[in-house]
Amino acid sequence: MKSLAELEAIREKALKEINLRDNTGKTRVVVGMATCGIAAGARPVMNAFVDELNKRNVQNVNVTMTGCIGVCRLEPIAEVITADGVKTTYVKLDPEKARKIVVEHLINGRPVKEYTISEAE
Amino acid sequence: MIYRSHVLVCGGTGCTSSKSMEIIKLMNELLRENNIENEVKVIHTGCFGLCEKGPIVVVYPEGATYSRVTLEDVKEIVEEHLVKGRIVKRLLLGDKDAEDVSKALEEVGFFKHQVRIALRNCGVINPENIEEYIARDGYRALGKVLTEMTPEQVIDVMKRSGLRGRGGAGFPTGLKWEFAAKAKGDQKYVCCNADEGDPGAFMDRSILEGDPHTVLEAMAIAGYAIGANQGYIYVRAEYPIAVNRLRVAIDQAREYGLLGKNIFGTDFSFDIDLRLGAGAFVCGEETALMTSIEGKRGEPRPRPPFPANKGLWQKPTILNNVETYANIPEIILKGPEWFASIGTEKSKGTKVFAVGGKIMNTGLVEIPMGTTIRQMIYDIGGGIPNGKKFKAVQTGGPSGGCIPAHLIDTPIDYDNLIALGSMMGSGGFIVMDEDTCMVDIAKFFLGFTVDESCGKCPPCRIGTKRMYEILDRITKGQGEDGDIEKLELLAKNISSSALCGLGQTAPNPILSTLRYFRDEYEAHIYEKRCPAGVCKELLRYVIDENKCKGCSLCARKCPVNAISGEVKKPYHIDAGKCIKCGACIESCKFGAISKMA
Repeated sequence: MKSLAELEAIREKALKEINLRDNTGKTRVVVGMATCGIAAGARPVMNAFVDELNKRNVQNVNVTMTGCIGVCRLEPIAEVITADGVKTTYVKLDPEKARKIVVEHLINGRPVKEYTISEAE
Repeated sequence: MIYRSHVLVCGGTGCTSSKSMEIIKLMNELLRENNIENEVKVIHTGCFGLCEKGPIVVVYPEGATYSRVTLEDVKEIVEEHLVKGRIVKRLLLGDKDAEDVSKALEEVGFFKHQVRIALRNCGVINPENIEEYIARDGYRALGKVLTEMTPEQVIDVMKRSGLRGRGGAGFPTGLKWEFAAKAKGDQKYVCCNADEGDPGAFMDRSILEGDPHTVLEAMAIAGYAIGANQGYIYVRAEYPIAVNRLRVAIDQAREYGLLGKNIFGTDFSFDIDLRLGAGAFVCGEETALMTSIEGKRGEPRPRPPFPANKGLWQKPTILNNVETYANIPEIILKGPEWFASIGTEKSKGTKVFAVGGKIMNTGLVEIPMGTTIRQMIYDIGGGIPNGKKFKAVQTGGPSGGCIPAHLIDTPIDYDNLIALGSMMGSGGFIVMDEDTCMVDIAKFFLGFTVDESCGKCPPCRIGTKRMYEILDRITKGQGEDGDIEKLELLAKNISSSALCGLGQTAPNPILSTLRYFRDEYEAHIYEKRCPAGVCKELLRYVIDENKCKGCSLCARKCPVNAISGEVKKPYHIDAGKCIKCGACIESCKFGAISKMA
């Protein structure tokens, strides 16, 4: 260890890895992972969320799973819930759409309207 | 590698003994079976504190805390929670139907009242991964000290923080460092006392198991402050997990250049070695500990000279306890004023207690100084099991004493406990209910000291033995008039003449029980009666003639044929033959047999 900067570099890298153990004040991406969701391809969607968030170094979002949301025909479904409880429900997702949601919604703060449940209905 | 979920499994000694390592192994197998081994990472951590509910498994990012997880439960956690995202409610700690599982845990009384400084990383990081420690601001304090502060400034910060030694006597840490810094010597040493020996105390073990790097970092800071380049950790060989994690931590710290030569590019060099103790209690005493590190028989020597001037190999040395060290990096980073704002006027910061005995939530808790005994027992500890009454709490181990129920609202700090005839000690907190005999408790702790006396000085070697013999007679119904006075005289003489802390404080358990429970001693001596119904020789087993149906079951169960009678008529116990084993009480279906105090 030669300098504080070197320590700081290790700290930032390691913090990224353990960041998900802290869930205070974070936005949550909740992916429906019941039988219906998994069959419709929810797992690659979830992995795309995790991967894209890490690639873009987003620290204030956690990706979690939930069971069946109830509209199985619209799976894979993911909800984005901000720390203050505002919820956006995205439907019929695929990995590409997930990556776009990360960039547009989670980074730039603009929900991707065309993927939301209100548009689909 | 980034994972979507982390599963933290407690790898402290308590949970390890209830199979947490097998849980980790099985979980990894099941993750592979379900093809999610690249999404979920299983990590072993140090102690979460709630040992009573172990093994503890926490799943992030949800923060779902599962308690008393068995090997049979692992499959359900993997298939339900980790594959499908459905939380396994029946295993949750706290409110099982809470909307937000991580908030539910914060509401659990056991965690709600705690302030975690020394235990800040225990149960949060993988203790065998230095990068996780660094992620939680690890080694930043060392970096700050080496690049921005002079040794004098470090000592000044320690003094202003008000930190006192967490190992027993509560000596101000900054002052200790200042003495060693001012002492002249070509070579100085920094030692860590990890020879935790009080019965029931395990906070040092948990810190070493859960966060070993914090101790290494603090020792390096101490080395810089006093001008030492070598540290020794004296840890008991009976702590194999702690020893192993310390070895891993030291190797990693050397690899990262955080121990060794020219740390942070400065001309400060520091290294640490382990010394394993064989487990003698006296080796927790500072001079005995250093003698043992030198490779000699662990015996104390008179002070002065104090270790700050002539310690290890006659060189200036500081010796601090594990928990003391664990506070230091946080004090450096957050400032002495922050630390001094927690606690009471003369006892700053927090203290870790190992809560045990007759209490619901056995485990490890860290509370701000000044928390009352009542809060400890009822809010954090969850109260006394089986609806029994709280009688006393024993603090300070064999050097401490018993604090009775009427003082339950006392705020816990160094000076209050001393004033009550007990002491902080290393933080044992043994709760006793109405079924505890205080003479018997005093005998238990004294028995421990008699066994552990090193034998070097007669007051301790012979005096404690004589006191033990008197107590033993009293509990056997052979107490005599004058015994209490003899005990008091012996206690006074031993305290004032023993060589080291072990002997000087050995009479404390007797003195404090005599102070608050003298009537129990008198009942044993003059009435040949044990009010709590513990001392076997003073008990009589009797059959209530009105309740006995004459079924003869007890007579058949009695191993010494002490019970006789005619079927369908009340039976009788021959007190002369009875060995007071209790087999008859357990066998009686009518509750007709009882112990008479």
